[in-house]
Amino acid sequence: MTAAAAGGRRAVPLGWRVARLVQRRVETSTAQTLVLSVPDWPGHLPGQHVDVRLTAPDGYQAARSYSLAGPADGDRIALTVQRVPDGEVSPYLTDAWVEGDPVEVRGPVGGWFVWRPAQTAPVLLVAGGSGVVPLMAMVRARRAAGSRTPFRLIYSVRTPADVIYADELRTRARDDPGLDVAYVYTRQAPDGWRGEPHRIGLADVNTYGWPAELEPLCYVCGPTGFVETVADLLVGLGHQTRRVRTERFGPTG
Amino acid sequence: MTEMSYLDGNMLDGPLRELFAVDLSTATGRCASCGMVGPMAGLRVYAHAPGLVGRCPACAEVMVRLVRAPDRAWLDLRGITYLQVPMPTVEPFPRPL
Repeated sequence: MTAAAAGGRRAVPLGWRVARLVQRRVETSTAQTLVLSVPDWPGHLPGQHVDVRLTAPDGYQAARSYSLAGPADGDRIALTVQRVPDGEVSPYLTDAWVEGDPVEVRGPVGGWFVWRPAQTAPVLLVAGGSGVVPLMAMVRARRAAGSRTPFRLIYSVRTPADVIYADELRTRARDDPGLDVAYVYTRQAPDGWRGEPHRIGLADVNTYGWPAELEPLCYVCGPTGFVETVADLLVGLGHQTRRVRTERFGPTG
Repeated sequence: MTEMSYLDGNMLDGPLRELFAVDLSTATGRCASCGMVGPMAGLRVYAHAPGLVGRCPACAEVMVRLVRAPDRAWLDLRGITYLQVPMPTVEPFPRPL
């Protein structure tokens, strides 16, 4: 008996399972994608997350939530983890965890910050830093499902070197029909960039987003201040509050 | 940055799924203090206490407390007037399972 997959009929309370690291991919100087093997993984929806729990030899435990970075591949799931200096969990995952070592995983969880491929409303994704991870899961799931739903991604980063999934996003912006990708650089822009580095503002959301009258679904993910700024801008532009879904990445790691 | 030191309501999903068989992240809650109605995912969660404290994003009053010990959990929902939980549509003619 596996737990009911998302949308399954018989929900059961969710416990911890042992997962093992099978692969590690370096994305940027601070972010890595970790591929985990989770026996009897029930599948998940784009935007969902898992809780990861570490137990120290003395019994001390620490748990953090990490977004699933892409569609499930059998028993394998991918998390993209940004190393938080002085964090309790992320430095272990990015620097010390070796292939075959166990961690505990609880999930998939989340039903609010989720995109279902059956949805046809246009979608605006707004990412701040590592907030791109659950949004990338949606972009990947859209292509995998052959969905024609129009997607726009606005991705705010400090510098070009901080773009997670840079190559894949370049390829997808060219090859995924109906996907537009725009970048906002806050500290340093690439050569030939029009305009100055700046924090995301009304002009960016207005230019690269959808008009409110198209009734798009908006998903905003990133640091708390970023998410609240963008959500306020969207509501100010006339988007209904319930169509602006947010996920704030906290300061802990 | 200290006033921004709260976590997202979405992070309550995992801890609450240990207690409930349904996903409460899409549930709508009404704040007992100010009456605001919104998704549980919109709560502001403070995790530095011994447990999790979910506060109303509008008035900052405590709506939910969850404390987990190795062999038990305490759940305090005093700050929520009601929870509205989406349910699958009931079939008009239920078939035997």
